Amino acid sequence: MLLIACPWCGEREELEFHYGGQAHVGYPANPEGLTDSEWAEYLFVRDNPKGLFAERWSHAAGCRRWFNLIRHTVTHQILAVQSNRPVAAGQPKPVIP
Amino acid sequence: MSHQLPAHQLPEHPDWLWRTPDPKRSYDVIIVGAGGHGLATAYYLARNHGITNVAVLERGWLAGGNMARNTTIIRSNYLCEESAALYEHALKLWEVLPQELEYDFLFSQRGVLNLAHTLQDVREGTRRVNANRLGGVDAEWLDTDQVRAFCPIVNTSPDLRYPVLGATLQPRAGIAKHDHVAWALARRADEYGVDLIQGCEVTGFLRDGDRVTGVRTNRGPISAGRVALAAAGHSSVLADLAGLRLPVQSHPLQALVSELLEPVHPTVVMSNHVHVYVSQAHKGELVMGAGVDSYNGYGQRGSFHMIEHQMAAALELFPIFARAHVLRTWGGIVDVTPDASPIIGPTPIGNLYLNCGWGTGGFKATPASGWVYAHTIATGEPHPLAAPFGLERFTTGALIDEHGAAAVAH
Repeated sequence: MLLIACPWCGEREELEFHYGGQAHVGYPANPEGLTDSEWAEYLFVRDNPKGLFAERWSHAAGCRRWFNLIRHTVTHQILAVQSNRPVAAGQPKPVIP
Repeated sequence: MSHQLPAHQLPEHPDWLWRTPDPKRSYDVIIVGAGGHGLATAYYLARNHGITNVAVLERGWLAGGNMARNTTIIRSNYLCEESAALYEHALKLWEVLPQELEYDFLFSQRGVLNLAHTLQDVREGTRRVNANRLGGVDAEWLDTDQVRAFCPIVNTSPDLRYPVLGATLQPRAGIAKHDHVAWALARRADEYGVDLIQGCEVTGFLRDGDRVTGVRTNRGPISAGRVALAAAGHSSVLADLAGLRLPVQSHPLQALVSELLEPVHPTVVMSNHVHVYVSQAHKGELVMGAGVDSYNGYGQRGSFHMIEHQMAAALELFPIFARAHVLRTWGGIVDVTPDASPIIGPTPIGNLYLNCGWGTGGFKATPASGWVYAHTIATGEPHPLAAPFGLERFTTGALIDEHGAAAVAH
C-alpha cells in the first residue's frame, strides 16, 4: 500500500487515489496535421521506465483533484509531489532528478 | 554443530536436464529470455524449422520469472476470433505436449467456469459461448443448478451480494505444473543443441545501420543473424536499449497460495465481476489471483489491498475456505498493452523480433506463442495466427480489444 501525500489533503492511503499514468502528455498542438504513426504514439505509447517516473494521480475519494508525483517504479519511493500544472505545448517538461 | 559429509560420500547428483554451456561468439538466432515463451520458441525453432544454432540468454535463472510463479490456468474461451484461434492452437498443443516432450507436467483438463453474477454477465457469457462454438472452441452455458452440480463448493445461494446466475464452462480447459513445463521444454531444446545460457544479461544491441547484428551482454558481445525478444515485463527496458518505444506498460500482478489442503476444488473458477480466480494445485494449495495493481511497477510486489480484495471475493464465493491460511503471496511483472492482446512479429529494426504484451495471460499461450514466434523468426513473415497481432496494429487501428472481452478483466 502506497502512502501518498496529496498536495491539498496530506498523506492518505493509496486506496483513496486513482492512477492516471504518465504525466506531462500534452494533447497534440496540431491534431489535424498528425500522421497515423504520430497518433499511435500519442494514443498508445507511454514511457515505461524501470526507475523514476513522473505520473498523475487523482485523490478520487478525497478532494478529487489531480496532481503529479515522481515515484521510483522498483522501490515505490515517492520523491516529489507537485500540484498539477499542465506543461504548455513547446515548453520544457520538468526534469526528473 | 555441522554434520557435513565428506564430498566423496555425497550421493551422486541426478543428471541435469540441460547443459550449462558458455556462450559461443555467434548464433543464427538469439532469444532473449528463458521463460516459457523463450524456451517454447527455441524448441519449435528446432523442431519445426530445423534451426538449432540458437542461444537462449537469461539474465537470471531459467524460468525464474512469471513462469516460476503463476496461477497456471489454461483456457481458450476468448471472445475475439483472433485471440480464440491463437489460444485454441495453444490448447491443442498442450494436449499433445506431455507425450511429445516425454514429460508428465500434470496437465489436467478439469474445466474452467467463468461465473456470471449480473444480467450483463449472463449476456456476455452466453454471447461468448456462442462465439466460441462458432470458432471451434468447446463451450457450454451452465445455469445455477448446473454450476452447483459441477462445483459443489461454490456458494450458489441467492442471498449472496452477487449471486451466481450461471457460468460458462470450457471442459477442455485446466491447469498444468508450470515449472515442469519449462523444464520439459528446456530439456528437449537442449537435446536439439540449443544453448541455454543463464546469468547472461543483455546490456545492448550490436547494430549495423538500421538492423541488429547481435547483442552486448555481461559475458561479452555475441553476434546473431536474428535477435528475438521474449522478456515479458522487462520488454520495454530491452526495447529501450534498441531505441524502440513499445505500447506497453509494466504492472505488478499479485497472486497467492494457501497451505496444502485435501482436494476440495474439482475445477477452476473465475469470476470477472467479484474478481478472483481460484484453482487447487495437485499438491493441495489453493491458488488465487485477481487483477494487476493500477500503477506501473517493476518491484515484483504490489499493494496488500489487492490481496485483501481478492480474498474477500474468494470467501464470498467459497465459504469453505474461511479457515484456510495464506501461505505465500507474490507479485510478478506483466507487460500490458492498450488492447490487452500480445504483440508478436517483426519490428522497424531489421533482424529484431518482438514477442511481448501477454499481460496477465501469457502462461496458457506458452506453446502457441513459441510456435508462431518460431515461424516468424525462421521465415521473416508472421505466422497466419500471429499476423493480426503485429506492432503495426496500433498505427492502423486494427486493435484486438480483449479488455473485458477475454472472460476476465486484466
